[in-house]
This record gives sequence, structure tokens and C-alpha cells, in this order.
Amino acid sequence: MIPGAFAYHRPKTVKDAVAMLSELGPDARPLAGGHSLIPMMKLRLSSPAHLVDLRAIGELKGIRAEGAEVVIGAMTTQHDVIADSMLAARLPILRETALVIADPQVRYVGTIGGNVANGDPGNDMPAVMLCLGAVYQVAGRKGERRIAARKFYEGAYMTALEPGEMVTAIRIPVPPSGHGAAYEKLKRKVGDYATAAAAVVLTMSGGRAATCSIGLTNLAETPLWAEEAAKAVVGTTIDAAAVKKAAAAAEAIASPASDNRGPAEYRKKMAGVMVARALARAKTRAG
Amino acid sequence: MNDVTPSSAERAEKLQGMGCKRKRVEDIRFVQGKGSYVDDLKLPGMLHGDLVRSPYGHARVRKIDAAKAKALPGVVAVLTAADLKPLNLHYMPTLAGDVQAVLAEEKVLYQNQEVAFVIATDRYVAADAAELVEVEYEELPALVDPFKAMAPGAPVLREDIKDKTDGAHGKRKHYNHIFAWQIGEKEATDQAFRKAEVTVKELISYQRVHPCPLETCQCVASFDKIKGELTVWGTFQAPHVIRTVASLISKIPEHKIHVIAPDIGGGFGNKVGAYPGYICAVVASIVTGRPVKWVEDRIENLSATSFARDYHMTTEIAATKDGRVTGLRVHVLADHGAFDACADPSKWPAGFFNIVTGSYDFPVAHVAVDGVYTNKAPGGVAYRCSFRVTEAAYCIERAMDILAQKLGLDPAELRLRNLIRREQFPYQSALGWEYDSGDYHAALKKAMDAVDYRALRAEQKARQEAFKRGETRELMGIGVSFFTEIVGAGPSRNCDILGIAMFDSAEIRIHPTGAVTARMGTKSQGQGHETTYAQIIASELGLPADDITVEEGNTDTAPYGLGTYGSRSTPTAGAATAMAARKIKAKAQMIAADLLEVSEYDLEWDVDRFRVKGNPERFKTMKELAWAAYNRVPKGLEPGLEAVNYYDPPNMTYPFGAYICVLDVDVDTGVCKVRRFYALDDCGTRINPMIIEGQIHGGLTEAFAIAMGQEIRYDEIGNCTNPSFMDYFLPTAVETPKWETDWTTTPSPHHPIGAKGVGESPNVGGVPCFANAVNDAFKFLGSTHIAMPHNHWRTWTVADKLGLHG
Ligand SMILES: Cc1cc2nc3c(=O)[nH]c(=O)nc-3n(C[C@H](O)[C@H](O)[C@H](O)COP(=O)(O)OP(=O)(O)OC[C@H]3O[C@@H](n4cnc5c(N)ncnc54)[C@H](O)[C@@H]3O)c2cc1C
Repeated sequence: MIPGAFAYHRPKTVKDAVAMLSELGPDARPLAGGHSLIPMMKLRLSSPAHLVDLRAIGELKGIRAEGAEVVIGAMTTQHDVIADSMLAARLPILRETALVIADPQVRYVGTIGGNVANGDPGNDMPAVMLCLGAVYQVAGRKGERRIAARKFYEGAYMTALEPGEMVTAIRIPVPPSGHGAAYEKLKRKVGDYATAAAAVVLTMSGGRAATCSIGLTNLAETPLWAEEAAKAVVGTTIDAAAVKKAAAAAEAIASPASDNRGPAEYRKKMAGVMVARALARAKTRAG
Repeated sequence: MNDVTPSSAERAEKLQGMGCKRKRVEDIRFVQGKGSYVDDLKLPGMLHGDLVRSPYGHARVRKIDAAKAKALPGVVAVLTAADLKPLNLHYMPTLAGDVQAVLAEEKVLYQNQEVAFVIATDRYVAADAAELVEVEYEELPALVDPFKAMAPGAPVLREDIKDKTDGAHGKRKHYNHIFAWQIGEKEATDQAFRKAEVTVKELISYQRVHPCPLETCQCVASFDKIKGELTVWGTFQAPHVIRTVASLISKIPEHKIHVIAPDIGGGFGNKVGAYPGYICAVVASIVTGRPVKWVEDRIENLSATSFARDYHMTTEIAATKDGRVTGLRVHVLADHGAFDACADPSKWPAGFFNIVTGSYDFPVAHVAVDGVYTNKAPGGVAYRCSFRVTEAAYCIERAMDILAQKLGLDPAELRLRNLIRREQFPYQSALGWEYDSGDYHAALKKAMDAVDYRALRAEQKARQEAFKRGETRELMGIGVSFFTEIVGAGPSRNCDILGIAMFDSAEIRIHPTGAVTARMGTKSQGQGHETTYAQIIASELGLPADDITVEEGNTDTAPYGLGTYGSRSTPTAGAATAMAARKIKAKAQMIAADLLEVSEYDLEWDVDRFRVKGNPERFKTMKELAWAAYNRVPKGLEPGLEAVNYYDPPNMTYPFGAYICVLDVDVDTGVCKVRRFYALDDCGTRINPMIIEGQIHGGLTEAFAIAMGQEIRYDEIGNCTNPSFMDYFLPTAVETPKWETDWTTTPSPHHPIGAKGVGESPNVGGVPCFANAVNDAFKFLGSTHIAMPHNHWRTWTVADKLGLHG
């Protein structure tokens, strides 16, 4: 639990941070809240020679509405996400998700940018971002670009970020008012990553699901966007049969590892159970 | 008496003696972050050690090359077995009569076994250097399943003793066999089974767990070359034993070794024994002439220092059709890991497992235990229980439920039919113990009334019907356990550690002003001794508890004692405290008689003073007598007012209790939610009800953790898969149920103040209670026994196998 040696840098602007990351090369890593990176360093699973601390960069913080989108700065803490009243009203699923991440101490420091950029399939926010169709704003040596969350995750700890690039903000299209959403997470205890978790955002019209999107956490090498599962409920009243189909579709794409949370077979089944429960809750919330 | 003199009751209350919910005095420093732990110690010139550990469960060590590590700036030395061997320190004796490798010589026998010790000027450099030590291994087949340990052709684990036919407890049956131990009447027991109307049999396994104190094991060793003296600060539950063992193996005279246990952040059995890190730190300090600190991290603690349980108990009960038990037969396969490092009294290789007849009147019983080696970390300590008592309680309490199920009886009713009756105490158990006192029926009935047991059963029945109709996906389980602990080791006639009788001690010094310094041979790790021992003295001597300082843990000042574990502090050192106080009181009485110019026999004790019988206005308070002891003692009497007592208890004490748990099982996820937990404890005289309650809360939380999730797991090649808080279940306040506590009071007849010890009861009674509740939820579907821990996936799997997922 003793990390290796590293150099510490603290840029004040995104420009400087990007320049440092490009210059220092693959041995440099951005440091956000440090609550994923530092444990990895203490276990010596990761030994970056340089840490580029993003905490002094004011432009990376904050939550604002931009037309039909909400934009959240990468360095916004998970606690800030929970405390924001605009988010609570327009994107309640973010608050619900943040509340089941880790514990209050971690959430005061851990950031939403770190959570989505980390690439750990156990992180909760990525599946929610897939579900919502979020887009990550990225800065690099060559300038800015946007990457859809649904295209971002390539493997465990592997993302679409190029060397030297960093996430600066998350842009989320706000679902229509009256949408129903839920994040259902099965875990062993507070502070645990999901055995299985499902994010659901849906709209109802005339008692039937008009739209539906489903994301899954910790059930594969990457977060999953469960398109087939969502399709299974669109046009239905989200009755038992439809829910069963959706759950089966989620189980079909889940390929979790066997771990101390349980054998793969169990975790796959939990994917279905979490989808069913999230659907039920989202439906009751839709108005 | 004039009316400004406070009444006896008022004066007694001011003392904050026994029975008072006195606030813990140690918390004043702990809640301010001012505790002083081993890792807080920073000595000038101090070096830091780090261990190189084996990545393999079983491998031959071909070569160790420390050249690169030694070349790293800041590295002072690297120790390996080759350095320790000439000192005869490459192996150390264990408390169980085995030896344990300090640094691996030819083989490693478990993952994370100690291979080399790096010493550097800085903790970070030490860690970097540990990575640079190059060890060449040749992997060998690992043995992780204790049931395969004695198979023909099983891998030979302990080459160092493979030709030894005798172990510490008789003949070995196999090269991986450690000991066989049995007790009870085999013939008579077999006979009871032959005649039995009903029998049940079940393999009841108690998984390997770890005591997991929040503070890991650690020490600072400092050898003074000029004086030839060694000082070791460490996380020691038994500092004097550590000193004696250190002297025996280092040959440094015992008076030149100073062992100091400062504040300790939890022990739970994990800090009783000695670990390779301690020996390495001591050797490193002798070699370098500088203080050396060694501090384990969490992974090291969970994967390499003493585990608990790993007991596999094939259990049979014989009974009559109307539910009277007639015999008990248990065979235990005990997995001790790679070295037998159990911390039991030396003559008891299976601890006090023969308390397994529990609270029931078994006419005959027989227990046989076989200990075996596997490629897992050594240990087998008593994790918040007396030696192997939680194993025994889990075994009998599960088996009684299984019997009730077979007989179609309610589990509480079966217990009521078989509990030892009040008039049977002192009770001779079939396996050799003499239970001191108890009123078991009263306790169980009180518990059942408190939770309205009948109503709960009715609710459960309704729930089962609703479940069958598809109206709910939750099952309800009601767990009952009734346990008898055996604590306070112990009488010297049957308990010793490496030949040292398991007495304990107290020294009390009354200073001229009536202030008191008291020292004991035990060592608190969170139990609150500084508070409770002072309360005993306050009541015995009539001096306010706030004027009494209790010190433990420094072998230079404290009288010799065997330490704190097995709930022994109150039964042994607590008794010694009362006895030492009584010696002081006797002397004070002589002084009082002299001052009041009456005969001693004309005096009577009144809370805080001796008064003349029939003339209560003539008295001397203890405070006055303290002054007089240093000022004007009667002719022929020595000045001063102090006493030491070494207390060898005549018997163990037997706390008991009745616990009831109600939980709901979500069959679709396997999540069990504890709705209610009621714990009635009888620990005899209650010294501090608030501390008792705190101990019960903590112990129940650990019991909950064990029953519902804790497990040290190994894969088939010997990798420990979960040695961190990510996976090793330590519940937070959110998961922890709300506890309801209650009590009855049945004093111990042989203890000076009637107290029995309580710290570990909740673990002993709690684990089977949770387990019985989970089992109870499923039993109407035909399930008889579900293995612990009852985590989500195991519980879900049970539901799945019962066809509950459609
Ligand atoms: C006890 C505990 C429990 C936890 N439980 C959960 C949980 O249940 N669910 C969950 O989702 N998380 C959990 N976490 C992780 C926590 O949420 C982390 O805070 C989060 O994963 C990472 O955010 P961070 O700001 O701490 O990032 P850091 O740890 O600083 O960084 C994480 C990774 O992302 C990179 N990075 C950070 N910011 C950027 C950026 N802007 N652009 C590009 N790369 C970047 C870093 O280089 C690093 O590789 C837990 C952590 C702990 C310690």
C-alpha cells in the first residue's frame, strides 16, 4: 500500500494541462479526485511517473444548462452532482446514481470526469451516460473534439481518449419533462462496486412506453448500452411479459466475470433483475 | 448523624463504582485523535522494514538475489533465511508446539509468506526495494482443500518435519496431519446412537475468516547495544508472553527485554501470537543498532497473519421421538494452514471445543478432532471468542435446529426441552466441564416474550402462504440461538501457555492523597479496562473511580499476566483486582482500628469508610486512611498501602445468552435484510452496563459480518482472492442492523465479584443466530443446512436450487 515515486504537477489551465500531458507522454496521468487512481498506485497496479493534478483548473468545474443540454465540468465532484437543484429537477437519475457511488467521503473528492474517464467497468456513471446519450467534450494537443459516451468505452481501462487528451466536460441531452428514470444497483455494502446495476430512462404515452434506453454497469469489460432490452418494452405497457423479455435481453449481452460478488451465472441473472426493477421504478415515476 | 453528611447511597453513587454507566475514560483521548498507537512512534534514526512475500501458494525457493535491492540508495540491509539460520532464528516456535518459518528457507507454503525483509531509511524506499528483490520460484502443486490433505499422494507440505511421527499431541497419521485429539466417552456415545429413536447428521463447516482489527499488526524494535537491552513496542494482546518468548528465543535475559503495548486498535485474537515481522524487526535492530519499525498493510494482515475458524464439523445428534437429546458425536477436520500457529492454551489443541454440548443436557458425547496442514496462511486464533467456542456454538446451535426440523418441533421448544435446568448447576457436562451457574429457561423465556415469538411464527406462516400464492417474493426467517460461553482461562490445573499457568494479576498502589495507580497483566485493545477496573477498585475501596489510573501493557511496570483474549480479563485480572483491593482494605482496617482506638472487629465498612459499629459518627474514610498509611501506621505494621494479587481462578466462568433474529430474504437477489435482532446476555455481575452494551453491539456486528459475508477465500492454486476491504466484508453503519439488548444476572459463584466476562458472547451467540434465521426462512421448502457465509449469491443459489426462480 505504498506507491512508487512520481513527480507532481499542478497546471492552472486546460491548455497547460494538455501541454504537460502531451510533453510528459504516456508516463503522465491526469489526477482528478484520485479515488480510483491513488488506490491503484498504492497497490502498484499503476505507477505513473507524473501526476498532472487538475484541481487548480477552475474552468473544469461547475454545472450549467445550455439549451436542451446540461453541461457538467469534468472536475465537478460527485457531491456537487448530488447537491445541485437544477440537476435534481431535470436529470434526477444523476443524483440517484451519485448517491449509490462509494460513500460521502469519496464523493466529496471524487469527480464525475474521473468517474467517466477512468474506464473501469465498475464505475456507475458511464452506464448512465450511455443510457442518456451523453457526449464527452475532450481537449488535446490538436484542440477540442466530442466523443459520444456510447463510442467511448473500448475495454477495461481502455477508452477512445488519445494520448495527451483529457475530458473537460460532459454534455447531456435533457430527457423530456415527465420522463421516468431509475438507477438500480445491487451491491454488497456501502462503498462497493455493483454486482449488477441498470439505468433506465423512459417516456410514457397513453399508458405505453414511447421511448426507453437502458445502460448496464459492471456486467462486461465495458459499460453496456442494452438496446434490445429497451426495444422489448417500447410500445408495451411495461407489463410482466415485456419486462421478462427486457430482462432476458439484458442477461443475453451481459458477460460478467466470476468474482467475490458471485459466479458469472449469478451476476448475469442479476442484470435481468436490476433491469426489471429499474423499469418498474422508472414507469411509476413517468408522468 | 448530622444532616449534611451524604447518605450511603449518595456517597456510593459519587464513586462511580460497579453497576455505574460510567463513560469510558479512554475515549477522552480517542475521540480527540490523541490515542498513541505503535505507528505513531517515531524514534531518532529509526529504520523501516518491508517484507518480500511469496506470490505462490506452494513453491520451492530456488534463489534469492537481493543485489539490486541493496544497491538502491537508502537501503541498509536485506535479510533472508540464510542470515537468520546461523542465529537459529529462521524458524520460530508457535504457541501450538509447532515451528513457523520466519523467512522461507527452501519452500514457501502459502501465498504472501515472508521471504525476505528489506530495511531502509525510509518507508517508501523499503517498498521500492522489496520490489527489487529477485526470487526464483519453482511452483509446486498447492493443497487448499483440507479434505484432500491426508489423501495418499497428497503434496508433501512440511518437508522440515515430514519424518516426524509424533506431533505436539501424539502420533501423526499422515505427513500433512498435525494432531488428533479426542474427548468424551466413545463407547457410550456409540451406544446411545445405536439405541436412538431419531438421529440427525450434517457436515457443518465454519468458513475461514479473519479477525481483521482496524489497526494491523506492527512493532518497533530498538536494541541498545551498550546496555544489551531490547525494547519492543508492539500491537500485543499478551505483552508478558511476548517478552518471555522473545527471551527464550533470543537468549537476551528477560529483565533486559522491555515489551510495551501502547494503545491498540482492536485485536480480536489476531494480536495474541508472534509474527515473522516482529522477529525480523528485532534482528534488524540488533544488526543495525538502530530502531526498526515494521507495519503491516491491510492485504498483509488479511492474507498472512492469523486467520480464525476453518473448522469442518461432522455433527450427529441422537434423540428420542419426543425431542430429548441422548447423545452427541462430532468429528472435526481442522484446517490449520501451513504451520500450526493456533493460539490455544498449550494442552488444548482444539481449544475448548468440548463446550460443544452447549447449553443442553447431553448424557453422553464424544468429540474427535484432526488438525491438518494446507497451503494457506497459518493461524486458527479465537476471533472474538474463547478458544474454538464460536465454532462449537455454531455447530451445536445449527445441529439443534436441524434436529427440530426432523422432529417437526419448533426450534425454541426443542431447546426448552433440553436446556440444563437451574437446579443442575454446578453442572458437569458430558465433555468434562463444570458449568458454574445459570438460569437458562428464564433467559430463553424472557427473550421469547420480548419479541412475541408466537406472533412472529404466525406472521411467518402467513408469509409462507402468501409466497406460495405468488403474492410476495420475500421469505421470513426467525433464528433462535442459546449459547454457553466458557471464558476466563484459566485454572492453572488445566490451562497454560508454553508452561506458564494462565493466572492473571493486579497491583494496586494507594498514594498518600488517596489517588490510586493500578496495573494489570491484561491488555485492553478497546475493551475499556481503564474504565472498568477502576470501577471495581472504586466499589471495593470506596475511592472515586476518577481518582484511579489504570495502566496496562508495559512489562517493566505491570505485574506478569497472560494478556487479554478469550474474555479472560474480568474473570482473571478483574478478580485479581478485587482480591488486591481486599488486601488493602484489610490493612486499612487495621489502621482505622488504631486511629479510632477500637478493635478491628468493632469496625464495619460503609461505602467509603470504616465506622465504629453502633456509633456511625466515629469513622475514618479510605482517603484519611491512605494518608495515615504514609504518616502514622500502628506499631508493627509496614507503612504504605499497596498490594499485588496473582489470581488463579478455581474454574472458568460460563456466560450465556438467548438471541433471536428476524430477517427477510429477497429470493430474487439473495439479499437478506435483518429486521430485528434481540440479544439477552447473562454475564453475571455487571460492572459497567454501558460498556457491556458497547461490547455486545460490537460483537454482534462482527457476528453479522461473519454470518453474512466474511470469508477468506483461496482459489485452487492457493491464491488468496479477497484480502482487502473491497471484498472482505466489514459492514458499515448502513448495513449493520439495529441491536436490542437485554440481560439477566446470574453471578458466578466462584468469582470474587460474581462477574463472568462478556466481550465475546455476542460473537459466539450471534453467528448461529443469523445462520439459523437464514436457514429457517428456507426450511419449509425442505432445505436443512445452508453453508455460511450467507452472502447474496449463496442465498440466491439456495433459492435457485429449490426452484424458486421459475
Ligand atoms: C472506497 C471507494 C468506493 C468506491 N465506490 C465506487 C462506486 O461504487 N461506484 C463508482 O462509480 N465509483 C466508486 N469509486 C471510485 C470513485 O467514484 C472515484 O472517485 C472515481 O472512479 C474516479 O474519480 P476521481 O475524480 O477520483 O478520479 P481519479 O482517481 O483521479 O482518476 C481516475 C482515472 O481517470 C483519469 N482521469 C481523471 N480525470 C480525467 C479527465 N478529466 N480526463 C481524462 N482522464 C481523467 C485518471 O488519470 C485516472 O486514470 C470508489 C472509490 C473508493 C475509494
